[in-house]
Amino acid sequence: MWKWLHPYAKTEKTYWLCQTLLPWFSVLGLVALITGAIWALAFSPADYQQGDSYRIFHIHVPSAILSKSLYMGMAIAAFVGLVWQVKTAFMSMMAIAAVGAVVTFVSLVTGSAWGKPMWGTWWEWDARMTSQLVLLFLFFGVMSLYKSFEDKQQASKAAGVMAIVGIINLPIIHYSVEWWNTLHQGATLMKLDKPSMPLEMLLPFFVSLVGWSSACGAIVLLRIQNEILRREMKRPWVIALAQQNVTQSNTATK
Amino acid sequence: MYFDSIQDFWSMGGYGLYVWLSFGIGFLSLCLLWLDSIFAKRKLMSQILTEQARQVRIKAAKQKQAGSSV
Repeated sequence: MWKWLHPYAKTEKTYWLCQTLLPWFSVLGLVALITGAIWALAFSPADYQQGDSYRIFHIHVPSAILSKSLYMGMAIAAFVGLVWQVKTAFMSMMAIAAVGAVVTFVSLVTGSAWGKPMWGTWWEWDARMTSQLVLLFLFFGVMSLYKSFEDKQQASKAAGVMAIVGIINLPIIHYSVEWWNTLHQGATLMKLDKPSMPLEMLLPFFVSLVGWSSACGAIVLLRIQNEILRREMKRPWVIALAQQNVTQSNTATK
Repeated sequence: MYFDSIQDFWSMGGYGLYVWLSFGIGFLSLCLLWLDSIFAKRKLMSQILTEQARQVRIKAAKQKQAGSSV
């Protein structure tokens, strides 16, 4: 496995891997996102207690699950970067950070918009919400720490350490609904027991989850490429690629 | 379709504001991030070429200078 992984420490190899994966993730993401949204909004039945407001579930839960997964991914990338000194791992870390911040923001906003009609408040300093807000700030922290160093090698290390330390927040978010008496309800899906949801509600949720994951995957791939281009601007292969890109777009417009 | 009419669909059983707000902001944020990444890539490509052209000019100027001083 190590032999197989090794070439991807090189930026050029990683760039082309991203390029190959990109169309698959983009198409799957778009199709599943649109299907999931239409299914969740127009076809799945309403909840017997929450009525149609429960439909927010289909955007709130995928974004919340993803926000934590992306954080984990970012921290793993940071660990790989710090231990094995892999430049591309740090680039992935920064690519994930931006996407993670947006997804966490979405989970907070949708949670807020669901909380207003159900709990009667947009926001409460309850353990689940506060820890999720901290997650958003951790993403911001990693991004701004990276920005604040002129030397990007140093920046990567500092941001990487912060990303790893922040992992402590993940179990806190997950167990917050059990450890504390929260306004937020307990887990519906992310538990060992069988999910407490009927199939006609579960299916659109899974489609939405696949859509959000693939779309985020596609964006991460794009951002890894951007990070590579930004850092390797003067490499011959990057210059050749940019020249090729221009001639391609010129012939396309002609 | 679960709803009887388009009217019902928009009102979402009285929760229309919250449901559409969530889906609106959610998808808008994702789309903006996606577009930002795509446009950033395009911009970087042209930046790389500008930088390359600049390097070529600097090199040419240096060579010219070296040639004239001899």
